[in-house]
Amino acid sequence: MFDYDFMVNAFAAATIVAVAASLVGYFLVIRGQTFAGHALSHVGFAGATGAVLLGVPPLAGLLLATVAAGAGMGLLGERFQQRDVAIGIVLAASLGLGLLFLHFFTAYASQATALLFGNVLGVDSTTLFALLGLGLVTVAALAVIARPLLFATLQPELAEAKGVSLRLVSVLFLIIVALATAASVQIVGILLVFTLMVAPAAAAQRLAIRLWPGLALSVVLALAEAWAGLTLAYYTDWPTSFWITALGAVIYLCAHLGPGRRSAGQEAHHGHTHHDHAHHDHAHAGHLHEAPPEAALAGSRLALEPKTDYQKG
Amino acid sequence: MEALAFHDVTLELGGRQVLSKVSFAIEEGEFIGLLGANGAGKTTLIRAALGLIAPRSGTIRVLGGTPANANASIGYMSQTRSASLGTRLSGWDFVACAADGQRFGLPILDKALRFDVDRAISLVGAGVLSRRPLAELSGGERQRLLLAQALLGKPSLLLLDEPLISLDINHQQAIMKLVGELNRELKLTVLFSAHEINPLIGAIDRVLYLGNRQAALGTIDEVICSPVLSRLYGTAIDVVRLQGRVFVMAGAYEVERDEHRHEH
Repeated sequence: MFDYDFMVNAFAAATIVAVAASLVGYFLVIRGQTFAGHALSHVGFAGATGAVLLGVPPLAGLLLATVAAGAGMGLLGERFQQRDVAIGIVLAASLGLGLLFLHFFTAYASQATALLFGNVLGVDSTTLFALLGLGLVTVAALAVIARPLLFATLQPELAEAKGVSLRLVSVLFLIIVALATAASVQIVGILLVFTLMVAPAAAAQRLAIRLWPGLALSVVLALAEAWAGLTLAYYTDWPTSFWITALGAVIYLCAHLGPGRRSAGQEAHHGHTHHDHAHHDHAHAGHLHEAPPEAALAGSRLALEPKTDYQKG
Repeated sequence: MEALAFHDVTLELGGRQVLSKVSFAIEEGEFIGLLGANGAGKTTLIRAALGLIAPRSGTIRVLGGTPANANASIGYMSQTRSASLGTRLSGWDFVACAADGQRFGLPILDKALRFDVDRAISLVGAGVLSRRPLAELSGGERQRLLLAQALLGKPSLLLLDEPLISLDINHQQAIMKLVGELNRELKLTVLFSAHEINPLIGAIDRVLYLGNRQAALGTIDEVICSPVLSRLYGTAIDVVRLQGRVFVMAGAYEVERDEHRHEH
């Protein structure tokens, strides 16, 4: 399999993109912005086809369109980002526009399939280096804003009170999402970006509740999807994107149906109610997993949690 | 030293005056209950103390300096429990995200920060809770973690915006007890906003009552009385004391309870 240049390139490209996309996807899932990520790839379609119409490399058009849309979404703010109707309309309009551009340039109609569903087996050295560059920038930028991004995601009001500019973080993140999306389009195409960006991350968050293990697991699952997908495509001659998507779905399903992380005594909390009703909590007044609030501070509370010795400091 | 002082402060929100030429001073170590009707300005006052809102006029002094300078010494629990509470991330990671969370870089905590997170979590007795995913915790359990977050960085002043919202009696009492202990043993100044006075009786030193763009600061007996509250609510108020509890009545309405009944 690796005797062929195109397979080596495909594996290299898929590896780079899997790492970048899954890391970005982890934050997309926590932020509940997965649909927005999906929309950016569709805007990219209009950018890519428009670029072809103008005689410019499609990746350039793709990048420009997704980054502009990402920045725009970030600047328009929360209200727009959460409105699935608005996002859906942008998505559909972009696809329509892209179709129009293709119509004017019928000689490149075959590019449509590649753009829509990916063309990982057609990655040449130039594209590979472009992907490497995109991947590095994405991961590096994410590394820089990761802390305030996480803070702003989990506790926006507290983060704002501590000096985090929610808008800045939001815009920067969406630009990073745009970069990762543009890279993913090369592998699985505009329509299937979800499968590399979201499926592994969503599965990882079901299985690992700590931050770094979750991030690592996202990457591992995405790589597994990509490599297994390519291998299966090689031996069955079925489309790579199909295999990657199918594996993504399987991984996601297994993470949800399999043994999810549930701690003892958790069955009582079905997680639906954020409000405690009197009858609900009276039944659990004798929680085993809550430290008795009557315990005094410092001294006895630390004694209740004999975890590690540095706490005695 | 004064922990929080407003000198002739006017605060506006959305073109509407929320507080008008208000002055008061809270001493270090006091446990203050912040009360007032919906829209009376409790959250606005807290946000002004955090430096998020600049006063239209007057000066705000926090821990002897400007709100911006004092920010690092303030522990804050906001009122809105945001949507991220459905997250599968562990309680520990949730609390930890606020440890130096505003600095750029990777979310890796050094030993000192990890110790601070562990310390804050153990102060509120949430050690076991912190190992579970946030989404699986009940409201009262999450409140503990929010309190732990407010304790990161060894603050001198705690600004707690409606910590008792949507908690049942048991959890309300637990939080009250916890905050009282934090106030006494760690000498933390606490500003604790709430719907009604009764859960706070016995715990707080003084009351800061807002209404009608004004504020009244004093002991419960000084403030929770007919003349003062009538002025703040802009209507005739009766205060009924029965078996150690206080009922604020406007005619047939039990004002504090009914004002907030449909809020959540």
